[in-house]
Amino acid sequence: MNNRNKVTQDNQKHPRYGMVVDLDKCTGCGTCSLACAVENNQQPATPDMTNRTGNTWMRMYKVHNGKPFPDSRAVFVPMFCQQCDDTPCLYVCPQNAVELDPMTGIVAQIPERCFGCRYCMAACPYESRYFNWWDPVWPEGMEKTLNPDVSPRMRGVVEKCNFCHGRWQRARAKAASEGRRELREDEYIPACVECCPTEALTFGNLDDPKSKIAKLVDDPNIFKILGRLGTKPKVYYRTTRSWVRNAVDRNIYSETKETVHG
Amino acid sequence: MDKKLIVRGVTRMEFKKFITYLIPWFILLGIGLYAMYLVFRYGLNHTNMDNRFAFGLWIYFDLAIIALGAGAFFTGLLLYVFKRHEFKSVINSAVVIGFICYSGAIAALVVDVGQPLRAWFTLYRPNAHSMLAEVTFCLSLYLTVLAVEYVPIVMKNRKLKQLPSFLVFEFKLHKVMPLLAGVGALLSFFHQGSLGGMFGVLNGQPFAFRETVLVFPSTFFLFVLSAIAAGPSFILLTTWLVSKISGKRLVTKDVLMSLGKISGILLIIYVFFKSIDSLVWLNKTSPAVGFSAADHYGFAPFGIWILSLEIILLGLVPGLILINKKLRARTSWLLTGAVLACAGVALNRFVTTIQTLSLPTLPFADFLTYTPTWEETAIFLMVIAYGVILYSFSFRYLPLFPQERELHTK
Repeated sequence: MNNRNKVTQDNQKHPRYGMVVDLDKCTGCGTCSLACAVENNQQPATPDMTNRTGNTWMRMYKVHNGKPFPDSRAVFVPMFCQQCDDTPCLYVCPQNAVELDPMTGIVAQIPERCFGCRYCMAACPYESRYFNWWDPVWPEGMEKTLNPDVSPRMRGVVEKCNFCHGRWQRARAKAASEGRRELREDEYIPACVECCPTEALTFGNLDDPKSKIAKLVDDPNIFKILGRLGTKPKVYYRTTRSWVRNAVDRNIYSETKETVHG
Repeated sequence: MDKKLIVRGVTRMEFKKFITYLIPWFILLGIGLYAMYLVFRYGLNHTNMDNRFAFGLWIYFDLAIIALGAGAFFTGLLLYVFKRHEFKSVINSAVVIGFICYSGAIAALVVDVGQPLRAWFTLYRPNAHSMLAEVTFCLSLYLTVLAVEYVPIVMKNRKLKQLPSFLVFEFKLHKVMPLLAGVGALLSFFHQGSLGGMFGVLNGQPFAFRETVLVFPSTFFLFVLSAIAAGPSFILLTTWLVSKISGKRLVTKDVLMSLGKISGILLIIYVFFKSIDSLVWLNKTSPAVGFSAADHYGFAPFGIWILSLEIILLGLVPGLILINKKLRARTSWLLTGAVLACAGVALNRFVTTIQTLSLPTLPFADFLTYTPTWEETAIFLMVIAYGVILYSFSFRYLPLFPQERELHTK
């Protein structure tokens, strides 16, 4: 039995991290994508890359209501790893390169074990896994921006959002140096959440009833994208606009779609 | 020297002519090897796969040739375990075809993965829940079985047979053949099934996800059934094709008809279960997660016609042709049935791999298309060229069809 399993067997209560994305607040500015790329040493795009081959752990979709002016509406949907509790990518990986960390509930991708079969990418309904189609190259001088807490990934492996694992490690090390085992709510937040200018992203421990996120999750306007697939994502979306809910959520059948107006 | 290696009692074309015929295939092999170098040196950006279309031509090709190569294990099972001795006349050829299909598939897989040197991790530290881990185990073991089955055929070569120790070794190997055939069948059952299961377990992809039957998703059993249904048809077709190209009678017609009959019966059983599976999936499994038939078949060109084509024209029709004794007796109908059966299984693998990835799962994602690059196509053709070359040499120097000599003297 490894140490990790031992930890889950004791009675200690571990956090279960999740995120809420408020679609009514998101302006689609892309700061989260940028912050994510810089924090996690994502390889800079080259002219050969397309929106289908580049690496953007935090990807911004623009969704229209499909109506002509003046009824035309659009919403931005940030899409990233939904940290599923019933993890489709974990079950399929032949090399154990995906792990659901019982200490945090975060789905980890271990690039050193990955051999790039991309089965996990086919399994992910959220299209949130990215393959390194190219050798990562940082233009001269740009290597100085590399984050020392995060290993850059090599060509031929899969990567994805891990709620800024490097930040979690750093926060844990700091807490340990102060003799604490548990982290305070504001001590560990992913880069995207920290940088969002409209505070559209909320991060925290879903199992802590006092946390801000736990209160948000009780909101009736909260939903999970593709929630009916049963993958139990820990990322929630919020909107009060019915057309947005219909456009991004499969929970509603097509009959209701026709009756909703933007 | 060349003439001394050719099987006694049969004739083969002039050596120069033989080499001339192989030149185009060697050119294809060369181009494929260059494309392979490009992919290994510069990465998979030389393909048109992307973050959504994570599988492309190669995975489709792998699934298709592994299904068609099922003729090897299934004929072995019929001959050695069920004692259907008429298949002795095609077993050698079936083993070579199986070996080509499986080794070719593994060659394509090696190029397809991003870090092939780490593939051994799966064998060393596998994820027991992963269908792909099961496929890796069974494929590598079964390829070993096929290689061991290939050895006695090589040792039957006229020159090699003169070495007494080889003769003894071949004799001993022959004694374990029924065991190897049994092991091969078991391994094949699991990897053919796991290849289907690979897609059937994807609960994140409602187009591929299926109900569970006895631990495995239904596609596990459907893949096994469709592979053993199409496998004999593929052996039938290749035997006929080799016979046409070489201008020789290789087997008696009743052998081909028996292969056709088995294919036909299994196809009918397959079509029955595939129809039930499709109905359950479209009416229960998929609507339960919010996806209707229109979500799966509402994107051109993948309309409902593709499902009908697969089940009726490329499933039921060849099945009916091949189980009908009168139709089967006529070569044109026998071949039509076999071609349709093989096309059916190839279409099924296409739908499973390519259509699954084309269709959007996220409500706001687009329907995607994918066209392979020249490198992907070249590597695909390289595997075919490798198969043609290996088979041609085997046909020239090894007794692939034991009946040929007898039919030749007649």
